[in-house]
Amino acid sequence: MEATPRATPARVRGYVVCVTLGALFCLHTLPTTPTPWWAPALLAALYAGGAWLSGSFYPVLLAGAFLLPPSAAALVAVPGALIAPVAGRPDLLRRLWRAAQLVIAVWVAARVHWALGEHDAVQASDFPYALAPAGAAVLAFCLVLTALDGGILKLADRVPARRAWRGLFLRSLAPISVHGLAGLMMAVLWRSPYGPVAALLVLLPMCVSWWVFAQYHRERAAHQATIRALVQAVDIKDGYTRGHSERVGQATMMIARELGMADERVEVLRFAGILHDVGKLGVPTRLLRKDGPLTPEERRVIELHPEYGHEMVRGISFLGEARAAVLHHHERLDGSGYPYGLAGSQIPESARVVAVADAFDAMTSNRSYSRARPVPVALRELEKCAGSHFDSRMVTALVRAVDQQGWHPAVTADETSVPPPRPSVSSTPGAHR
Amino acid sequence: MSAPRPRLLLGLVHAGAALLVAVCLVETLGSGLVERGTALAFGILVALGELARWTGAASREAAPLGAAAALSYALLGENDGQSTQHGVAQVIGVVLAASLLGSVPHIARGRPVLDHLARRVLTVGFAAVCFQPLYNQGTFHGWGTAYALLLLAILTLTALCDALLAAALAHSRTRWPFGPLLRDELRATLGIGSAVCATGAVMALAVAVAGLWALPVFSLPLLLTQMSLRRYAAVRATYRQTIASLARATEIAGYTPAGHARRVAALSREVGRDLGLSEAELTVLEYAALMHDIGQLSLVDPVPAGATAVLPVEEQRRIALLGGAVVRQTGVNPQVAMVVERLADPCLEQPVAARIVRAVNAYEEKTRDAGPGGPLKALEELRLGAAGDYAPEVVRSLARVLSRDCLTPPVVG
Repeated sequence: MEATPRATPARVRGYVVCVTLGALFCLHTLPTTPTPWWAPALLAALYAGGAWLSGSFYPVLLAGAFLLPPSAAALVAVPGALIAPVAGRPDLLRRLWRAAQLVIAVWVAARVHWALGEHDAVQASDFPYALAPAGAAVLAFCLVLTALDGGILKLADRVPARRAWRGLFLRSLAPISVHGLAGLMMAVLWRSPYGPVAALLVLLPMCVSWWVFAQYHRERAAHQATIRALVQAVDIKDGYTRGHSERVGQATMMIARELGMADERVEVLRFAGILHDVGKLGVPTRLLRKDGPLTPEERRVIELHPEYGHEMVRGISFLGEARAAVLHHHERLDGSGYPYGLAGSQIPESARVVAVADAFDAMTSNRSYSRARPVPVALRELEKCAGSHFDSRMVTALVRAVDQQGWHPAVTADETSVPPPRPSVSSTPGAHR
Repeated sequence: MSAPRPRLLLGLVHAGAALLVAVCLVETLGSGLVERGTALAFGILVALGELARWTGAASREAAPLGAAAALSYALLGENDGQSTQHGVAQVIGVVLAASLLGSVPHIARGRPVLDHLARRVLTVGFAAVCFQPLYNQGTFHGWGTAYALLLLAILTLTALCDALLAAALAHSRTRWPFGPLLRDELRATLGIGSAVCATGAVMALAVAVAGLWALPVFSLPLLLTQMSLRRYAAVRATYRQTIASLARATEIAGYTPAGHARRVAALSREVGRDLGLSEAELTVLEYAALMHDIGQLSLVDPVPAGATAVLPVEEQRRIALLGGAVVRQTGVNPQVAMVVERLADPCLEQPVAARIVRAVNAYEEKTRDAGPGGPLKALEELRLGAAGDYAPEVVRSLARVLSRDCLTPPVVG
């Protein structure tokens, strides 16, 4: 729904204007049966209040579609859609778009409900049969909403039409169905002897659910910020690795996607990439920042970092196999790596992915001991070591992914925000962004 | 404020529930079940709700669907336009049987269900006693909208009773102060509690209008609420683990001894609980305690053994400010950062959480390597400590908590 881009192209404007004209047409047909004015007014006020608080307050709209003639039901959506806050820039256009979209969707839903012979909406006594027209109306509502949304996605972001529509439809069908049931419940109680007050009660569990959901999102955002803080703690110590963690996370994600892993697994692997060096917190800063070659003793100390890292993250249960990746990301296929010298398939798959991503980013960015190499050179180097150091499956996947998408490391986490005073480690000409 | 004999209270609640159940069972068995279909439908819903019960730590109402179904059966006056005949005894009998049935897997796994059942029986009994006798006399006939409002009023009262009961049970089980427990329960009533009550009322009304068909259809929104609550609880648990890992960073980096942050957090939480902090304040306190040493990460030279309590005040304050800056980065509640920043301030100016963390940290550092007599000596030092460093009421509370745990440092898994 929030798909309009920053600089609105003319075709998107045109599309919105067309949809708005369609919405005006829906509103213009006056109801043939006389309806009391207070019912739509009450529902509209309710929707406006709800939309202001939580965004999509569909149960009220659908209850309107079940209770009122189509044009009156469509009118319910207008004030709420116009006044509720929108995310993103062309403010007026977005509000207009949302109002028009909802008006058309509600109108179609009400038409469907009306046409299936349930004129006086939901007369309670024939309850199981009231489910069929209500279900059809909800389906129509969902279809229209996603079709209009898909249109704007296609025009604005050039997403292939069929994929955009199918994805949107499948994702929104389940939540909208639950909203539809709540709307049906409202409509039934509204028409019952207990009146609209009883109908309002239906909204309470929905409101609580939205509130909890908002809390959930807030907490999740805070959680991700905390993970980023863990990474930044490493950055504080080691100036050269600034952004390294995020980039390895990104490369890991590309490899995992290319290997066709499930979305949750890709997400876990991204965390593995981001956190793989967190154990460097345990390595003295002096060693991490040392220019020039390391003595064997110093090397041994640095090589402890996978174990430190594993010690740190092993208590975070959602990381799953990412914890193994943190421990084993310096193992090599021929068994010459550390800390345990595992070989071949003994090395967890997640660790093999992260190892390739780590080496790739190390080669393509500046280090204290070497300058950045161009991406093709680094890929060729990786291919040379495939089989001995790296799993060739992962290397091939990375080569394919970089071929298709290119390599655009986006550093999001830090740059602007490093709290404690850092001893100057600057004078790194051309350090990676 | 707090009841004198916790164990007695627990016994009273259980005995009351048992008595109620006994009377109702005798009466139900004597007169037999009326309207078996309705009883069966509600019974199944209650049992399913119990089966789907969730045993998360952060849960107030563990089985929202079961509670809502039980309450709506207690408040059921009509079914598809026909008046119902069931009374208080049958409501309790059906709810108890269904709850027991739904609890079988939980009992098999050895989870405690007795408190939960007693609470369910007593609250449902309260609602039914308020409603059924008067309804069966025909008092509420033709009330219309007022009828809906009446149900709402009864449910509000029931929710208050339930909160009181839950706080009493928790108080007698844990011996935590009663006041804050009640406050937390009442706050939870506003959240999931209100959703349960509203669903209970809606189900009772909807069944009155549309018949038993309404039950499966209308339990869906509550299931949705339960699902989002679960996800919320899950992300909170993960978040806590991540914070604990971040706190371990200072240990891995060799700035503080292993397990220090965890021990300070556990003991701080106990002290905070003893001082009557609410659940939300306890979370802030715990996070601040976990991260209280994080400022040391930006020190060039580690403090010997990570012991900050013996440093000059200026140095302590600098570390505290550095720590606050790191904590601000983590996106945690800004209150946590404020507590960490003010750890080294004079105690009169500190928020209570900072006072607790400061005193507990000092205690932990002093007892760490001291022998068997360490705890007593450390407490004495805190009591006598430089005027204004440690808040007296916090030290007293710390002593209370420690004496309850027999003066051993808490062992945390």
